Amino acid sequence: MNEPVKKPARKKVEVDPRFVNYKHVWVFIEAERGVVHPVSWELLGEGRKLADSLGVELAGVVMGPPGERTRAICGEAFHYGADLCYLVRDEALHDYRNEPYTKALTELVNTYQPEILMLGASTLGRDLAGSVATTLATGLVADCTELVIEAESRNLASTRPTFGGSLLCTIMTQRHRPQMATVRPRVMAMPEPDTSRTGRIVEHTVTFVESSIITKVLEYIPDNLQDKPQLAFADIIVAGGRGLKKQENFQLVWDLAKVLGAEVGASRPIVQAGWAELDRQVGQSGKTVRPKLYIAAGISGAIQHRVGMDGADVIIAINNDANAPIFDFAHYGIVGNAMQILPALTDAFRAQIAQARKAG
Amino acid sequence: MHSVVCIKQVPDSAQIRVHPVTNTIMRQGVPAIINPYDLFALEEALRLKDRFGGTVTVITMGPPMAEVALRKCLSFGADDAILVSDRAFAGADTLATSCALASAINKIRENMPVDLIFTGKQTIDGDTAQVGPGIAKRLDYQLLTYVSAIREIDHDNREIVVERRAEGGVQVLRTKLPCLITMLEGTNEMRYADMDDMFRAARYPLKLWDRVAAGIENPDVVGLKGSPTVVGKVFAPKPRNKRAEIVETIDNDPKNLAATLLAKVFTQHPKLEREIARLAK
Ligand SMILES: Cc1cc2nc3c(=O)[nH]c(=O)nc-3n(C[C@H](O)[C@H](O)[C@H](O)COP(=O)(O)OP(=O)(O)OC[C@H]3O[C@@H](n4cnc5c(N)ncnc54)[C@H](O)[C@@H]3O)c2cc1C
Repeated sequence: MNEPVKKPARKKVEVDPRFVNYKHVWVFIEAERGVVHPVSWELLGEGRKLADSLGVELAGVVMGPPGERTRAICGEAFHYGADLCYLVRDEALHDYRNEPYTKALTELVNTYQPEILMLGASTLGRDLAGSVATTLATGLVADCTELVIEAESRNLASTRPTFGGSLLCTIMTQRHRPQMATVRPRVMAMPEPDTSRTGRIVEHTVTFVESSIITKVLEYIPDNLQDKPQLAFADIIVAGGRGLKKQENFQLVWDLAKVLGAEVGASRPIVQAGWAELDRQVGQSGKTVRPKLYIAAGISGAIQHRVGMDGADVIIAINNDANAPIFDFAHYGIVGNAMQILPALTDAFRAQIAQARKAG
Repeated sequence: MHSVVCIKQVPDSAQIRVHPVTNTIMRQGVPAIINPYDLFALEEALRLKDRFGGTVTVITMGPPMAEVALRKCLSFGADDAILVSDRAFAGADTLATSCALASAINKIRENMPVDLIFTGKQTIDGDTAQVGPGIAKRLDYQLLTYVSAIREIDHDNREIVVERRAEGGVQVLRTKLPCLITMLEGTNEMRYADMDDMFRAARYPLKLWDRVAAGIENPDVVGLKGSPTVVGKVFAPKPRNKRAEIVETIDNDPKNLAATLLAKVFTQHPKLEREIARLAK
């Protein structure tokens, strides 16, 4: 349930002798069809810090079908900070399936004994993390926003939002190893790759019998990248909320986004009303975004929305209520009617961009 | 066909406030609801029953008041309901919760085999999405998370084909029953309860199982004792110390407001102006 429970003050913890062999920080490198999910690189950036503060190595875990592409992912992992990679290649790992991936990761952990294992809180990462933690009977902390090593105990302290983001809590796994955590995409910063870095590859063989793997992938229908909103990686997002009142008015958000070359986002009521697709929802039950600019029009700034977007570098809010919570954390605000301000902003940006272009 | 649907009663987190001084959650008066994602799971199980017949059992681990949530599920058309409740379960994290639920489902199986277990994709209070995978692993059921549609069920071969949301697309998977499915949101709307079901639900003698009835002999594997994760500090997110700079003009005319805002933003963030020029087509 992971609910905050009142606990007596923590005692000073000694490193359990059972854990002396558990070393190193691991990041599961998530690849779908040979393409690595960027959250894996973000986690390597974070893992680097944890490994350095523990004075241990950072490893990537790479799994996939036989062939050069899977091995090449290890090279990329070195660029993003891994010292070594555990590599498992087998036909059974062609597409993600819970059973063979759980088996392989569990076996790797039992063989090489990491003290920390991190995965992305993606659909794949959550599926795998929950299964592996259960088979290893260890603790797993979901959707962490901050990870630090407690100096005296060497334990991992994972901070995560709870109750829909209204509170944060710090969770530890003191008596079990590995300590597992998932982190959502875009929560940690993307590290600068260093193409001169290399590392060791430890290739490990896991025995699979395809006929005894029960689940089969019949088909994979990739999202058409042209049509699917890519909110998580957008540099500019213009988002609209219930303050826009009518579906027609949501077009004003699109107009501004078009001029800016931006993605369109929305608060949950907009998605529920069907004015925007689910993939455009920003927030706790939608996407976490990290744009350079986030423009929020007619959005109150409820905590469930805020947790998805307050990592934006610059937040501009338009709201007709000067007391709307969004003004407590936006950087700039206009108190006014979004139906009038949005078109004015669209014109102003268009003029500005034309001018900048002329100036070269 | 027998489906078991795992549900949870949760505080309506949209209505939770944090006490400004003590940083504790103010739950008073906050209504308890059925975790909204679980309703997609329940509806899917009921649809399968409509199509193929069979039984739908709902189960929850929670405090005695969770009975209300179970009766609500009965009123939507579930056939049987089990409340797994014991002080020994208090403080359970996801590992300990999946232990209690898996063990109870094991008990259910002694009377009637369970073909499908359904859960929501996650809860709105914990948000972890870990309990479903945990139950599947413990019972050695095939795990299908983030399922958006059940395409077909072949009873003779005990096979099921589902669509599953993956990161970059949709996977179509075929697996064998029994399996555990976590349902994605937005797949189906919860039906309305009909009068007869509401009356039946109010009177229904739902089952109350304590730890022993749920088949858990060792009290150390559940609740706080069976939880590897320990909650330390609980605190409110740091408020950003500066409120937004509100842009104003004498006339507050939209055109002037927009121009003033742009001038201000671009002076303070010159890099952003170059960025926008680059992105704009
Ligand atoms: C479990 C859970 C998960 C949730 N997940 C999410 C999530 O992922 N994302 C999300 O966004 N929400 C989420 N919510 C919902 C969230 O709590 C809020 O209800 C939602 O964010 C409010 O959306 P809104 O700001 O668009 O609407 P409202 O709260 O209705 O606010 C509308 C705002 O528009 C302003 N306004 C009105 N008229 C005008 C006008 N003419 N011009 C300018 N401004 C105007 C109003 O002053 C108000 O501030 C979740 C809730 C729950 C319980």
